[in-house]
Amino acid sequence: MSERFILSVESLEVSFDGFKAVNDLSFYVEPNECRVIIGPNGAGKTTVLDLICGRTKATSGSVKFKDKELLSMREDQIVHAGVGRKFQTPSVYEDLTVSENLELSYPKGHGVFGALMFQRDDPVKARINEIAETIFLDDQLDEKAAFLSHGQKQWLEIGMLLIQDPELLMLDEPVAGMSVAERKKTAELLNRIIQDRSVIVIEHDMGFVADIATRVTVMHQGQTLSEGSMERVQNDPKVIEVYLGH
Amino acid sequence: MTLSSFMSRKDLIGFAILAAVIFLILPSILDSFRLNLFGKYLTYAFVAVGLALCWGAGGILSLGQGVFFGLGGYCMAMFLKLEASTPENTSIQSTPGIPDFMDWNQLTELPVWWQPFYSLTFAMFAVVAVPVVFAFIIGFAMFTRRVGGVYFAIITQAFAAILTILIIGQQGYTGGVNGITDLRTLLGWDIRTDEAKTTLYFVNGALLFVVLFIAQYVRKSKLGRLLIAMRDQEDRVRFSGYNVANFKIFIFCLGAAFAGIGGAMFTLQVGFMSPTLVGIVPSIEMVIFCAVGGRLSILGAVYGALLVNWAKTTFSEAFPELWLLGLGGLFIAVVMFFPNGLAGVWSEKIEPRLLAMLGKPKTHDAKAGATSPAGAPAE
Repeated sequence: MSERFILSVESLEVSFDGFKAVNDLSFYVEPNECRVIIGPNGAGKTTVLDLICGRTKATSGSVKFKDKELLSMREDQIVHAGVGRKFQTPSVYEDLTVSENLELSYPKGHGVFGALMFQRDDPVKARINEIAETIFLDDQLDEKAAFLSHGQKQWLEIGMLLIQDPELLMLDEPVAGMSVAERKKTAELLNRIIQDRSVIVIEHDMGFVADIATRVTVMHQGQTLSEGSMERVQNDPKVIEVYLGH
Repeated sequence: MTLSSFMSRKDLIGFAILAAVIFLILPSILDSFRLNLFGKYLTYAFVAVGLALCWGAGGILSLGQGVFFGLGGYCMAMFLKLEASTPENTSIQSTPGIPDFMDWNQLTELPVWWQPFYSLTFAMFAVVAVPVVFAFIIGFAMFTRRVGGVYFAIITQAFAAILTILIIGQQGYTGGVNGITDLRTLLGWDIRTDEAKTTLYFVNGALLFVVLFIAQYVRKSKLGRLLIAMRDQEDRVRFSGYNVANFKIFIFCLGAAFAGIGGAMFTLQVGFMSPTLVGIVPSIEMVIFCAVGGRLSILGAVYGALLVNWAKTTFSEAFPELWLLGLGGLFIAVVMFFPNGLAGVWSEKIEPRLLAMLGKPKTHDAKAGATSPAGAPAE
């Protein structure tokens, strides 16, 4: 079974002072699958991503990524195992330039002395330029991230993940707060980058979800309410009841 | 790292100006007494440079840098004290050959942990190693548990208090509240003469430049950019695959090493070391030197240390009881009106005007400096 799935989440549970934010949750992600998690506010969607990437410690359960138990690993070890995470609000380094932001995510020189000795050599520059082009920021390489628009910051953070080249990419509301034009460009971008890797996306925009999802997991009160293809969950009476509305 | 990425033209000019101030201007306008005073001020610059990296770049505010300054200073003082306590010099004591304060406290034998300090090599090693080991222990305990911000500042302050109390309490081993005094020679070379003090001033200046070059290298390396990234978005750094705690421990230890060297140079130039230089008040003053100079700029930190200490000497000669109020006021004024300190005033106000006066078109750097968001690093 473990060979079929890249990520196996089993009986995952976390409680904050007795409140179970995630309660006996299990789901499995296949290689190259794009899994979208939807659900009403407070369903525990972001918490699930936090648990997988080690930001929040689980109370019980298991998260296996390619046979490695992630729950006992430190955040940076999880990243090196191949899991990348994008936050809901754009988290970029505002005081650094676009190229410096990308450079820090380049998967080399991650130890103290590695960072002291790190050289921005030609392969690094080439990779930075390549990623910058992908995320539409090749003209702003020397601009401080603080001067970017909201949408551009989101792209930059996606670019920072791309340069890491994770096998599993987790995106938390990548198109939230974007203008229509930006949203369209982002959908294009995401469609391109979700090839050749597994992706977990949290999103509310149903049109966007239908566009990218291989399968959809609907969460409600920390549990899986429904799971399957977009069509199936859209017609599931339980989902219509709690989330999609009549 | 290429030369141009290590030091931009602007940095090079800044370093050259500072070198001129320290090695040419001050020695030529000051008599040897005042020059020695400025030498003393410059020992605090070591601490301020370390703080510019820890606090300015990395966002780690330590209110206990006096601990490391003091540890470095005490290591040097222990060596000098042992050299001064020859059996001939101390023949009137009931136990000749041990430091005078030990004799006064009825110690009859040199404690074992004082023994290695007969060696100058060991003492010089200890000047850096002891503060670094202490910083490592504190840093490891705090940063791996994700203690940061205000909590970290308060804990470091507690360490400053603890060390002071410890030194004062263990009078027989440390010289107590008086400190270690009456230091005379370094390998037979009398450090109390005017010539010796002048020589030490230049040694101190040279060491400060070594420290500044190291700081510049760190700042311009990827580690320097990571520090800024950690200050602004610690979680993002963590989820880009870095063990944040290791980087914080490293920079905290580096700051401690700088402070230790400063402390040792203080002992050599001033001729004593005492717990009043270790505690909470001096530790906070050190943060003020850094803030006034501009916590984002390593050169600014040096000017901050010089200026505030010079003001302290000048004003406390005239109005001794008003100085602390003045210092507090200065700190508030800097935080409110010049958050980037002297370095910020220079890069945002003076430099663009100078360039305009010289008829040069505004450089891109100057423009970026003027429009930078608050907290942006001033180059």
